[in-house]
Amino acid sequence: MSETMTGAEMVIRALQDQGVEHVFGYPGGAVLPIYDALFHQEKVRHILVRHEQGAVHAAEGYARASGKPGVVLVTSGPGATNAITGLADAMMDSIPLVCITGQVPTHLIGSDAFQECDTVGITRHCTKHNYLVKSIEDLPRVLHEAFYVAQNGRPGPVVVDLPKDVQFKIGAYLRPLSNQHKTYRPTVKGDMNHIRAAVELMVNAKRPVFYTGGGVINSGPQAAALLRELVQLTGFPITSTLMGLGAYPASGKHWLGMLGMHGTYEANLAMHECDVMINIGARFDDRITGRLDAFSPFSKRIHVDIDPSSINKTVKVDIPIVGDCAHVLEDMLRLWRQGAKQADKIALQEWWGKIEGWRSRNCLAYKNSQESIKPQYAVQRLYELTKDRSPYITTEVGQHQMWAAQYFKFEDPNHWMTSGGHGTMGYGLPAAVGAQLAHPGSLVIDIAGEASIQMMLQEMSTALQYNLPIKVFILNNEYMGMVRQWQELLHGGRYSQSYSESLPDFVKLAEAYGAVGIRCDNPGDLDAKIMEMINVNRPVIFDCVVDKTENCFPMIPSGKAHNEMLLNDYLGETGADIGSVIDEKGKMLV
Amino acid sequence: MLQMKTHYPDAHRIEPAKRHTLAVVVDNEPGVLARIAGLFSGRGYNIESLTVTETEHEAHISRITIVTTGTDSIIEQIKSQLERLVPVHRVVDLTLTGEAVERELCLVKVVGKGDYRVEAMRLASAFGARTLDATLTSFVYELTGTTGEVERFIKLMTAVGLVEVSRTGVAAMSRGAEGIM
Repeated sequence: MSETMTGAEMVIRALQDQGVEHVFGYPGGAVLPIYDALFHQEKVRHILVRHEQGAVHAAEGYARASGKPGVVLVTSGPGATNAITGLADAMMDSIPLVCITGQVPTHLIGSDAFQECDTVGITRHCTKHNYLVKSIEDLPRVLHEAFYVAQNGRPGPVVVDLPKDVQFKIGAYLRPLSNQHKTYRPTVKGDMNHIRAAVELMVNAKRPVFYTGGGVINSGPQAAALLRELVQLTGFPITSTLMGLGAYPASGKHWLGMLGMHGTYEANLAMHECDVMINIGARFDDRITGRLDAFSPFSKRIHVDIDPSSINKTVKVDIPIVGDCAHVLEDMLRLWRQGAKQADKIALQEWWGKIEGWRSRNCLAYKNSQESIKPQYAVQRLYELTKDRSPYITTEVGQHQMWAAQYFKFEDPNHWMTSGGHGTMGYGLPAAVGAQLAHPGSLVIDIAGEASIQMMLQEMSTALQYNLPIKVFILNNEYMGMVRQWQELLHGGRYSQSYSESLPDFVKLAEAYGAVGIRCDNPGDLDAKIMEMINVNRPVIFDCVVDKTENCFPMIPSGKAHNEMLLNDYLGETGADIGSVIDEKGKMLV
Repeated sequence: MLQMKTHYPDAHRIEPAKRHTLAVVVDNEPGVLARIAGLFSGRGYNIESLTVTETEHEAHISRITIVTTGTDSIIEQIKSQLERLVPVHRVVDLTLTGEAVERELCLVKVVGKGDYRVEAMRLASAFGARTLDATLTSFVYELTGTTGEVERFIKLMTAVGLVEVSRTGVAAMSRGAEGIM
């Protein structure tokens, strides 16, 4: 039976029918009817952010921590344009979001009305799909279809732009029997012939490596469980992209650490030397491949991806498998078991011997200090002191993000939220707000930099309003660290505009928000202060004053291959400036 | 190392670029053409010609014919990227399915007197163009043919007083009994 209601009421009803519990938003003229409909119910809880970009990042954090789609509600014009960065971020990292934007009444569209912008035009390139709903008859279908499109196939953000007059119009609401789009049907099951060929290649591999990505996380916890099984069964080494951390546990014995520009020596060399590469849900991003014509020169490549356009985009593969990671992994496992397949034990043993050799370089080693806190040490201590609580970690973007990826050990999927593809500074704090809402009793930490944190700092106020005890752990080196590192490497140490001038007093700032502020600048006090942070059941800003000149290693310099990594120990005892080290070519190329 | 000026990989592959004609079947919904045109501009692909009209009114389905150039890998990417768009049903590379039938229509206005006028009429009849409009000083001709024929016709007409050209772009269909739907 259909019910009669206004367009605004349909929005709320559709959210309820979709099981949505939290909406991140900010009111404004063109969404007032929807806010009024929200007022009359209690099933959907609205989280009032302080900036629309924060709403989208919070929804992203929520989506990634919970596995459910994130929902955003913003007004027309500036509300929509402020949300763009978040939408682009979700698009790049394949995060399922439904973003409802208000629009001026249909008869004013195109007239440059107050707070009008061409939302569907502007968001076309940074959403998976978008809709402008001009008729109340289309609204129920579009709302449910939006959830289907956002979550199925390669996930992504979907915008539903809703003119104000349609919100007031009265129409018939009937929840469609299926959310499905009338024609959009992404391939979920992989081609069995290709999967068979892939398994055959794996059986005969001498130097195999699993290279997994965010697709495994997006596919759901089942995919991570199947991946663990397959790694166990085959005995192959496994590395992962930034987005895929946690799918395989960092404590697992087959784990090589993250790969790519700041990945481990063993992971990158394994990629370079392997004869069979099994890419599951990763997309050969340029931060992973380095120099393309020297990327993994000896390997046959298997690529499992739900998005056909990811296949052969930058790297040619031998066996493409279009499908959902969990489905394909399940088939691979079944075939492996059915055929009672055995990996080449002897070759594998030799391969592991080689990997152990690389691992013994201990590429994440750094020179610790008694006087100043090394950022790597800070992340290590943060990990050691919080690991029993299975914390949810978000980050901003830059050096601190890479140190978090390298030194924090992730055991489970959906515990790591970072802006990978888009590289959005300001992501971490609102994402922590979203993650904390998804997991109210858990420890949520935003590992931040002093520059990034200032981009979305206003969301502290949101954390306070909803009593979300998030911890913002700032590695404060008074520089936009990654920019500074590149200026050191590429631009002769001319630190153009990368010094964080006029920093606020973060402790006072925390207090001004009503949060707890903690500062630490001494390695000896670090543990006690971290404990103090996690024992407070309130939001905390932790100003961790770290070494200002530390660089992020290992590193694949640009235009270089995986076997040409730059390691930390070439800096020498005195921490000589890296510009002079680089001149001596033989010294720094491994 | 010292030469490294950017942290992006170099452009490297050099493959021959070829011309391909793609037939794209889409839902005729608002913005679908902008989505497709935007995909081409956003990802740096070429459009040489694009034609679109609704072909099945009841089902609101349009057929878009796109002529583009690119290396084999680029063409494969274009096809996958188009298929990724939600309102796109199917993409068929007509160049790969064999010699497709390709036609376009052009309207040509020529203005002139005396020998010019006579020569224009001779050329038009040699090409089999239809005369759609005539005055004492002008003609409007219609010619349907391959892109090559249309190009040749326009080039010749330029010499005898061509003042205006309007072209539809390419419509294409595979040969044989099989349809693409």
